[in-house]
Amino acid sequence: MKKGILLLAISFVLATTLSAQEKYFTKTGKINFISKAQIENIEALNRSVTAVLDTKTGNLQFAVLMKGFEFEKALMQEHFNENYVESHKYPKSDFKGAVVNNADINYSKDGTYKAKVKGMLTIHGETKPVETEGTIQVKGGKLITDAVFGVSLADYNIEIPKIVKDNIAKMVNIEVECTLDPLK
Amino acid sequence: MMRYYKFIILTIVLSISIVNLFAQEEDLLSLVGEDNKPQKEFVNYSFKSSRVIMSHSMELIRPGVMDLRILHRFGNINKGAYEFFGLDNATMRLGFDFGLTKNLMAGFGRSTNKKELDAFAKYRLIHQSKGPKSLPFSLLVTGGASLTTLKNTDTTQKNYFSSRMGYYGQIIIGSKISESFSLQFMPTVVHRNLVPTADDPNDLLAVGIGTRLKLSNRISLNVDYYYRLNQNVNDGTQNPLSIGFDIETGGHVFQLHFTNAVGMNEKVFLLETTNNWGKGDIQFGFNISRSFQIKKKKS
Repeated sequence: MKKGILLLAISFVLATTLSAQEKYFTKTGKINFISKAQIENIEALNRSVTAVLDTKTGNLQFAVLMKGFEFEKALMQEHFNENYVESHKYPKSDFKGAVVNNADINYSKDGTYKAKVKGMLTIHGETKPVETEGTIQVKGGKLITDAVFGVSLADYNIEIPKIVKDNIAKMVNIEVECTLDPLK
Repeated sequence: MMRYYKFIILTIVLSISIVNLFAQEEDLLSLVGEDNKPQKEFVNYSFKSSRVIMSHSMELIRPGVMDLRILHRFGNINKGAYEFFGLDNATMRLGFDFGLTKNLMAGFGRSTNKKELDAFAKYRLIHQSKGPKSLPFSLLVTGGASLTTLKNTDTTQKNYFSSRMGYYGQIIIGSKISESFSLQFMPTVVHRNLVPTADDPNDLLAVGIGTRLKLSNRISLNVDYYYRLNQNVNDGTQNPLSIGFDIETGGHVFQLHFTNAVGMNEKVFLLETTNNWGKGDIQFGFNISRSFQIKKKKS
């Protein structure tokens, strides 16, 4: 009786701690954003995106430092930080959500799976729901995720002055690409 | 005894599972050490451009960027309507500045006043930073030379080429104290090879103060002033003072201001400013800065 309870207790504890190994993460994910406007296209890349996916629950989170976006032109980078996203006031953007169809994805079998993701995206201090469909590729114990979605700058309270309205798109495309390693 | 044992084990199991349950609710990102270590971060964008108004600011233009600068100073406002409040007269300087490395920029220009050429280099020794092992200020050094190309009119003296030359050296100590407020001091020495009279010093010492107050994301109020320490008090020259606004529109920065300094390089505005703010001898002026990315960043 005594042993039975003890065993039960140990297995319970082990089971719950083991579940931690079902999490995958990266600190070097990429986010690329593209604004296609009449006069010019503006692109920026951030290579230090942090992401964690809990394959058990499907919970998914991203975080990115706004100052880490690199632009082709130095002036664009200055305006991005100083005038548009105000990175001194809102240094970080994040996403908290989940893979909706998590049950359909077999994380232990190599292959490419469609993933529906839904959650809350915070940029410039504003939080708005987003939803998109991307892919999760299971390959040799790693997960490669890829998703593209559009955000409206007005939704996040990012004002575009009239004088540059032909330079900056109202909707920008955001591509998130991560290779997740098991979290130990 | 047996009962107690059971009870203790049950409590342990329950508490561990509760802790685990809570752990599932917690922030996934905290598992990977997000937010753990504050990193050293350089402080940028202390001024909208590489100039306060007339002086060099603690800001540099980025590597690979060329800054085309067109500077205008009109005539005295107190000349009245006949001279259209000074707008009938204008002097200008056309200049090109280049960002060479993260901490080095150089530029040259030509002013219509005395047909003067000038060139400078500015180097940043300390870059203001935040976080661990940071320094709360920037330290820069600037050196420049100027050459007037006016024809010699005085035939009673021997005219040397070196008489046309002037030099200046400057230390800029500045800090972006808050997001909207930046302040810098500029101890400066100006050397001219030829002085008008024996009472005029060849080396003039001055201390400048430059500041910016952001009024909105795109507009700031700037003040730029020098106090001269050893000028010839009888030559009628004044300490230069400029007050104005920086207005940023896309790729341009407009600096609209009022000043008593006609000159647009250090030697001229420190040594040859004769207008007096107190008497209303002020001019309207503007600087236009247009950035061109001439070398693209590697991505």
